[in-house]
Amino acid sequence: MRTLRAIFGHPSGAVGATIIVLYLVIAGLGALGITPHNALKQVPIDRLKPPSGLYWFGTDLLGRDTFSRMMLAIGESFLVAFASVAIAAIAGTLIGLVAAWWGSLWDGILMRVMDVLLAFPAILLALLVVAIEGPGTFTSISAIGIVYTPIFARVVRGPALSLKRREFVDAARTFGSSQRYILSRHLLLNLVAPLTVQITLALAWALLTEAGLSFLGLGTQPPAPSLGVMLSDSRSMMTHAPWLMIFPGLAIMIGILGFNLTGDALRDIFDPRSRTRTA
Amino acid sequence: MSYLLQRLVTFPLILLGVSVLVFVSIRLIPGDAITAMLGTEGGLLTPEQRASLAAYFGLDQPMIVQYGRWLAGLFQGNLGISTTYGQPVLPVILARFPLTLELALLSMLIALAVGIPAGVFAATRDGRPSDLAVRLLAMLGQSTPSFVIGLVLIYLLSVYFHVLPAMGSFTPLSADPLGNLGQMILPAITLGFAFAASVTRISRSAMLDVLGDDYVRTARSKGVPQRDVIWQHALPNALIPVVTLSGVEFGYLLGGAVIVEQIFALPGVGRLTLDAISQRDYPLVEGAVLFIAFNFLVVNLLVDLLYAALDPRIRLGRT
Repeated sequence: MRTLRAIFGHPSGAVGATIIVLYLVIAGLGALGITPHNALKQVPIDRLKPPSGLYWFGTDLLGRDTFSRMMLAIGESFLVAFASVAIAAIAGTLIGLVAAWWGSLWDGILMRVMDVLLAFPAILLALLVVAIEGPGTFTSISAIGIVYTPIFARVVRGPALSLKRREFVDAARTFGSSQRYILSRHLLLNLVAPLTVQITLALAWALLTEAGLSFLGLGTQPPAPSLGVMLSDSRSMMTHAPWLMIFPGLAIMIGILGFNLTGDALRDIFDPRSRTRTA
Repeated sequence: MSYLLQRLVTFPLILLGVSVLVFVSIRLIPGDAITAMLGTEGGLLTPEQRASLAAYFGLDQPMIVQYGRWLAGLFQGNLGISTTYGQPVLPVILARFPLTLELALLSMLIALAVGIPAGVFAATRDGRPSDLAVRLLAMLGQSTPSFVIGLVLIYLLSVYFHVLPAMGSFTPLSADPLGNLGQMILPAITLGFAFAASVTRISRSAMLDVLGDDYVRTARSKGVPQRDVIWQHALPNALIPVVTLSGVEFGYLLGGAVIVEQIFALPGVGRLTLDAISQRDYPLVEGAVLFIAFNFLVVNLLVDLLYAALDPRIRLGRT
């Protein structure tokens, strides 16, 4: 609660968090089917209508309402982003903790595997996963989850290594606390701050990667709406129907901006020394 | 062990790990390799023909033997035969690489030319409205996907200036440098935009750190003009993190320009990989992924070496 208040009290945090809340509301309404029009219904007579009071963001080539489709697409993008980052955060944290706590051989093996995964540019590793699993929403989730796991492992391992050597951990060992207790109560709780910052920034990257995969036709598959697919489809009609490009493009950009601003604010809140340096 | 030595020792190990990952990943793709190689024609083979083909390609051998053979082939530059092109994979990739390299270099040039002055400008006006404006622009730049920028640029050029970028047939640099630059400038700006935003942010942050250092204060107290303090005393040291960032981003660009190559119909390595995936040309996917990862690793190693050369504390393992 205190962190939430701090975020809304921070200039960029307030803007970023408001964007995220707004997107979550839009996604929720879309998931409940509360949209101005049926997002999947084709109305041939209304095809390529420009933005108006009836169709706020215009219609596409099949006469479907762009705004309603975007509401569903934002939900789809958020589902992929949150699920993939959850996978990456859980797997990466476990790997980082195990590597730091058990050290030597475990550390060597696990972190070298993470180094191998980091040797691939993110989109390429995601493409490799898509090549194996075939395109689709769940493939996007697992691909992005795998891509960002090593980053979380690195973020956790460093501070966990230094925490492991602190007096309070030695004291807990002396008092006979179990490894599980020390790992969860002493190490993990102290890693909440860097993890929160990383999760927020990873959500921005995940949105970006999801949109990229969908744009390439390797993410969410039609007829399910996706911002990347909508943008990709707009290419052939951009001179006649620019709204098909402008609104999904803005939606992707503003969503990513929301997470980036919140991530920066969280970094300032948890590490006030960074306040002057972050641009 | 110094950081540098550690990086040099782990480099071949990571490279080996990358080769294992790529080899295993491709074999995890559903369906057998013969069908993958021959496509629908694979269904016309009799079981005997299938077995004889498997024996010919060594696919009847245990996985570890197959990997050993594949690795031996790698050392001889043999990445297999592309099923789409009917040619060895490596020459197919190398034919596309100059374009990707040129695009990455041009994007980096644009990013550094815009990002460093913008970062320095913002740092020297810390807290003022002009600093805020640069920070906001940089944040927007970092939040805008390259494909959005690319489409907006194409839209603006075609609707407001009635100049559509030439797409379709690509003009190599060696054939017509000006024509080539005309085709490459838009994709390079597209890729350079987000890159410039990152360079701006890191330059500003590094400059702010350096401007507070004692030697900068000493230079100022000795009456060195502000311009010299910034460009001669502060900037060279502030550039160290910029070098690292640029190197890493350059490594990404060497393999990660898939989307921009797709938008602008550029026949680079990224688009080749994407096409290979959609055409299920697995030897080409395998080769291209390995090639990009290898480049990425080499660039990262070079960045580390350069970083160590610029900062002796890294070279001596003191940080």
